Amino acid sequence: MQLFPRQLNKLPLVAAVLGGLAGPAVVLGAWYYNTPKHYQVGYAPTQPVPYSHRLHAGQMGIDCRYCHANVEKSAKAMIPPTQTCMGCHALVKTESAKLAAVRDSWEVGNSIEWVHVHKLPDHAYFDHSVHVNAAVGCVTCHGRVDQMEVVRSEKPINMGWCLDCHRDPTPNLRPRDQVTNMEWTPDMAKNWTPPKVNPPQQCSGCHR
Amino acid sequence: MAYHGLPIKSLGETPLLGEGATFRSITEAVSRVTENAAPRGWWVAFLIAFNFTGIMGLAIAYLFWTGVGVWGNNAPVYWAWDITNFVWWIGIGHAGTLISAVLFLFRQKWRTAINRFAEAMTIFAVICALIFPGIHVGRVWHAYYLFPLPNEMQLWPNFKSPLIWDIFAVSTYFTVSLLFWYVGLIPDLATLRDRARNMIRKRIYGALALGWRGSNRAWQNYERAYLILAALSTPLVLSVHSVVSFDFATSVMPGWHTTIFPPYFVAGAVFSGFAMVMTLMLVTRAVYGVRSIVTLKHLELMNKIMLVTGSLVGYAYGMEFFIAWYSGNEYELYVFKNRATGPYAWAYWTMISCNVISPQLFWFKKLRTSIPVMFVISIAINVGMWFERFVIIVTSLHRDFLPSSWGYFRPTLVDIFTYLGTLGFFFTAFLLFIRWVPMIAIAEVKGVLPEADPHYHPEEHGAEAAPVAGQAAEPLAATAEE
Repeated sequence: MQLFPRQLNKLPLVAAVLGGLAGPAVVLGAWYYNTPKHYQVGYAPTQPVPYSHRLHAGQMGIDCRYCHANVEKSAKAMIPPTQTCMGCHALVKTESAKLAAVRDSWEVGNSIEWVHVHKLPDHAYFDHSVHVNAAVGCVTCHGRVDQMEVVRSEKPINMGWCLDCHRDPTPNLRPRDQVTNMEWTPDMAKNWTPPKVNPPQQCSGCHR
Repeated sequence: MAYHGLPIKSLGETPLLGEGATFRSITEAVSRVTENAAPRGWWVAFLIAFNFTGIMGLAIAYLFWTGVGVWGNNAPVYWAWDITNFVWWIGIGHAGTLISAVLFLFRQKWRTAINRFAEAMTIFAVICALIFPGIHVGRVWHAYYLFPLPNEMQLWPNFKSPLIWDIFAVSTYFTVSLLFWYVGLIPDLATLRDRARNMIRKRIYGALALGWRGSNRAWQNYERAYLILAALSTPLVLSVHSVVSFDFATSVMPGWHTTIFPPYFVAGAVFSGFAMVMTLMLVTRAVYGVRSIVTLKHLELMNKIMLVTGSLVGYAYGMEFFIAWYSGNEYELYVFKNRATGPYAWAYWTMISCNVISPQLFWFKKLRTSIPVMFVISIAINVGMWFERFVIIVTSLHRDFLPSSWGYFRPTLVDIFTYLGTLGFFFTAFLLFIRWVPMIAIAEVKGVLPEADPHYHPEEHGAEAAPVAGQAAEPLAATAEE
């Protein structure tokens, strides 16, 4: 007696081919899409104050370290306190509606709750001072902040991306005094030889 | 000397199966278990086992939700019941592979009555075992780190670590065992399909039987596939538990760092596996009335294997102590002295009495052919082999080199429920197997009936007239006709 239609003879072959493709498809799909390259890059949250890096760092040319003052000295680059803003804005644009939140913060004494854009997981110990003193440019990890109206994440900042540089740091180094220069390119320092740096590649280098 | 050329009687052997076993009676006895309604006892056992499976689910969910702190493991005993259970379950699986592969290659035909059973047990035991390495890692959502998969972290497993060898060994073992079991099942599933009365049953068994028609060509391919899988499985009997033992032996812990571990673990694995087959077989055999297929002779042969492997394990226990003394290493010697006399002495002596002393009773024919005795001893061995792994893992860890890092492991309720839960899962799977799958390899058992012998002739004098070894079948038949 015939239990199954004849076409079903193809089923084992079809199932084997599809089953064989499904596993690699899931792995490769997760490898490619489930990565910070796809969910970190382009992250540009609305900040409590419509602060423009393009205006301040770009057009006016304020150095990064004017506000992110600890970047050469500590692990955290530091989000500037309201006082830093008011150092200028007590005199400039004192009536601007965009600055209302800054003035409130100044009067009441509360911090402005800036939204963290370049956020690393807690188990990764990143130190700004080490990278800046080894002369990695700000632009290498943060992109052209001086052209951003709203700060957005340009780079994936995932582990594999970190390791790419830790394994071959030289192309990302520049003269120490050019670290905050957003427009620096390697052909601006033809006679300069990059120093020898040995970034850690072992687990405990970043996961302590 | 062509052993296979001779009829059974001229070799002075008695048939493996009981009196009155025929092709028909075997098919009937095995198939009807899957066809008739399950007896009440099956339902009682199933509900109990299923409940424990649920308890396992809850215990594991709680573990995932809260973290490995819900177990008793803590410094210095980082491995405890989790790895004990893992090794115990993996070991139990080994009897199935030994019976189905090694005994097949050695042409031990008595294996046919128990191989299906033992292979099913292997698969369920390996599933139970695989649960533990998966859940003991703490952050289970990172368990995929165990496998060499490409990922954005550029992380890759450390191929110098025995833990990654373990992943490969056990997953290979599971795959090959499953294929072997399934290939062996195909002719029997076709038997069930052909006996089925309703269309749904016909379709389900028909799909599982993969279009088996029992043609000569199909049988030839089947035998070839079976032989290849047996040849693939045979090294696994030795390699899988050797690799499991490397988890310990390649470390530098006194009590673990021992070259005897691989053979010692393999012997222990086969030992515990046979004990588990025996326990289950005795119950099933009594409940389902397949005594004429699984005879006392089979049970006695299994007891002999337990006697051999039990003695090997006993030798290994003794040799560990000898080497600890002979090495002149005071830390090594301390660990073993502490095992036998320290705070875990109760576990050590439970292990010795169950594993070394109890199988020695099988030297006596009267005891190894007594069903109550072998039932009790098989359970004792199961317990003893669990304690063996507990003793190896916990007593080696609980006193670190500094007395400030000494501790005493106590299991928590979650430990206990997880372990009982895996037993529940094992029995649930096993009861479902008994209910729906032919639990004895029908086609293979038929092969050891006297009627299946090419030289078989029902008349007595036909068999007597076969004195010359390797004589062709035709003169024999001719003699019989005279």
